[in-house]
Amino acid sequence: MVTTDEALTTKAVTVGRAVRHRPWGRHALRYIALILGATVVLLPIYMTVVNALLAKESIVSYTPKLLPFECSWDICSASGSQWGNFPKALDQVPLIRYMINSTLQTGVIVIGQLITSALAAYAFAFLRFPGRGLLFLIFLSTLMVPLEVSIIPNFQTVQTMGHSDALWGLGRHILRLDSYQALTIPFLATAFGTFLLRQHFMTIPKELRDAAAIDGYGHFRFLLFVVVPLSRPVLASLAVFAFLSAWNQYLWPLLVTNDDNMRTVQIGLAALRGREIDSFNVVMAGTLIAAMPMFAMLVFFQGQLVRGLTAGAVKR
Amino acid sequence: MAVTTAEPLPRLPLPGPLARGLTQLKSLGFGMLFLWPSILLFSVFVFYPLIKSIYLGFYESDPLGNQGDLVGFDQYRSVLGGSDFRHSLWITFQFTMYTVVPGIVLGLGLAMLANQKLPAISIFRTIFASTVATSVAVASMMWLTLLNPTTGLVTWILDQFGQPRLNLLNDPDWALPAVALTTIWLNLGLATIVFLAGLQSIPERLYESARIDGAGRIGTFWHVTLPMLSPTMLFVTVVGTILAFESFGQIHILTRGGPLDATNVIVYSIYQDAFQRFDYGVASVKAVGLFFLVLGLTAAQLRFLERRVFYQ
Repeated sequence: MVTTDEALTTKAVTVGRAVRHRPWGRHALRYIALILGATVVLLPIYMTVVNALLAKESIVSYTPKLLPFECSWDICSASGSQWGNFPKALDQVPLIRYMINSTLQTGVIVIGQLITSALAAYAFAFLRFPGRGLLFLIFLSTLMVPLEVSIIPNFQTVQTMGHSDALWGLGRHILRLDSYQALTIPFLATAFGTFLLRQHFMTIPKELRDAAAIDGYGHFRFLLFVVVPLSRPVLASLAVFAFLSAWNQYLWPLLVTNDDNMRTVQIGLAALRGREIDSFNVVMAGTLIAAMPMFAMLVFFQGQLVRGLTAGAVKR
Repeated sequence: MAVTTAEPLPRLPLPGPLARGLTQLKSLGFGMLFLWPSILLFSVFVFYPLIKSIYLGFYESDPLGNQGDLVGFDQYRSVLGGSDFRHSLWITFQFTMYTVVPGIVLGLGLAMLANQKLPAISIFRTIFASTVATSVAVASMMWLTLLNPTTGLVTWILDQFGQPRLNLLNDPDWALPAVALTTIWLNLGLATIVFLAGLQSIPERLYESARIDGAGRIGTFWHVTLPMLSPTMLFVTVVGTILAFESFGQIHILTRGGPLDATNVIVYSIYQDAFQRFDYGVASVKAVGLFFLVLGLTAAQLRFLERRVFYQ
C-alpha cells in the first residue's frame, strides 16, 4: 500500500480506477444476489409454467416437479401431450369470452377516465370561477372513500335501476346486473386522474391560452389541440394506471355478474377453484392464459407503467 | 400557432365590477360544462353511497334482506363493540403487519439490487417488477398450487425443515400467514418499482460526499439512503396498509374467510354479511367502521411518519 499522504493526494484517481477496474469477484457476487432475487420473484410463475406443461399422469407426485420433463441420467423426455393442457383449459371454461369482457370493460373505463379527468383537470387548471378551490378539495376527498365502503348502496342502485319500472322504464337501459354498464359506469370518474392531469396542466404557460384565444380557439379546441398533445406522457401514465386497476378489479365484478357470459377474466379464473384438485395442470394452463395480456403490457409499456405507479410517490 | 403582435380586440366599456362578475359567471358556466360528468359520477357512486351506508346502519334487516325497524345507534354500538367485529379487526391488524413490514424489507432489498449500474440490469428490473402484471386472481391461483398439501412446493419446503405436511390453507394457525405470503409476493413488484424510483431520485453527489467523508456501505445506507428515502417509505407504508385493509380477492379464492374465521378480515366479513346473509344493516355498520378506521389510520400514519420524513 502507498503511504497515507500519497493516498490522500491521489484519492480521486484511485476511486476512479476502482470503479473502472472492479475485480471480477465483486461483479460475480452482485450477479449472484440479483439472480437469487429473480429466482424468488419468478419461482411461483416458473412453477405455474411447469405445472401447466405436466401431463396428467405426472401431476400426482409427492415431490414437486421442478421440470416439465421426465429425466433419467442424461435423457430427458416430455411426458404425454404437454401443450394439450391449454386447449383443455379453453375447453373447460369460456376464457376467451371472459377476456373479451375484461377487454371491453377495461377499455371503456380507461377511455372514460381519460375524458372525464382531462375535462375536470382543465377546469381546475385553466378556469377561474368561484368555489373552484372547495370543489377541488371535494374531488380529492373521494380518494378517502374505499370502494368497499360504498359497495352495498352501489349494488342496490344497480339492482333498483335494473327493475323495469325504475325511471319510467329507462333505468334498466342505463344500469342493470349482468351488463357492461354495471361493470364500467361507477368507475368512469377518477379523482387521482384529475389530480395527476391538473398538476401537469398547471405547468402549461397561461400565455399559450391567451395566444390561442386570440387565434379564435375556444376552451374545448384549446384542450383538444394544444393541451392534450402537450400532455401525452402523463395521459399515457394515467391510461396504464387505469388499465391496471380496471383489469384487476375483483369484488365489484363478482357482485354484479351472475351470468357466465358476463364474467370478467378474474372472476372466471376464480371459478376454476375446486377443479384444481384433480387437474391442476389444466387450471394452471388457464391461469397462464389469463395472465398473458398483463405480461404483454408489462413488456411493452414498462416505462409508462413505472411512471404511472410512481406518480404519487416521488416528487419530480 | 403564431403569437400575433396585434392588439387585443377592443372590449365593450362595461363598468368594472359588472364586467368582472360577467367573466366569472361565464367561467363558472364553462367550469360546470367541463366538470359535470365527474360531479355526477362522484355524487351517485361515492357521496350518496357513503351517506346511504351510514343511514342503512340505523336500520335492522329482516332475513330476506329488506329494510326492517329503525334501531338507531344501538346497531352501531352492538356491532362495532361485538366480538365478531373485534375478531375481524384483530385479523385485519395481523394481516397488515404480516404484509406491510416484510413487503417494505423485501421491496427495498430488491430495489437496491436493481439500482446497481451493471450490464443487463434492465432485465432484472423487469423481472423484479413482474408481479405487478399478475392480478390478484392469477396470483391466488398460482399460490393455491404452491400451497397444495400433497404436491405444493411450499409444503414440500416446510417438510424439509421438519414441519409435517398439512393443508396450510385449512389450518387455523397457518392460513393467515399463507394468505399473507401470497399478498407479499403480489405487491412486491409495486413496492420494488416505487423504491427503485425513490433510490434513483437520490442525487449522486450525496453518495460522493459520504464516500469522501469516509462513510462505509452501512454508514451510507443509514445516513444517506434511508433519510433520503423517507418520503417513499411513507408512501409505501400508507399504500401498503390501505391495500392490506382492502384485501379481498386472495381471501375469497384461497380461504373464503376460514378456517374457523382465521382469515375473516373486515372486508370479507362485510361481504359475508351483505351478500351471503343479506344483512345489509350489520354490513353497513361494519363498512362505516372500516371507512373511519382507514381514514383515522391514514391520518395517524401521515402525522406520525411525516415528522420523521426528510423532504429535500
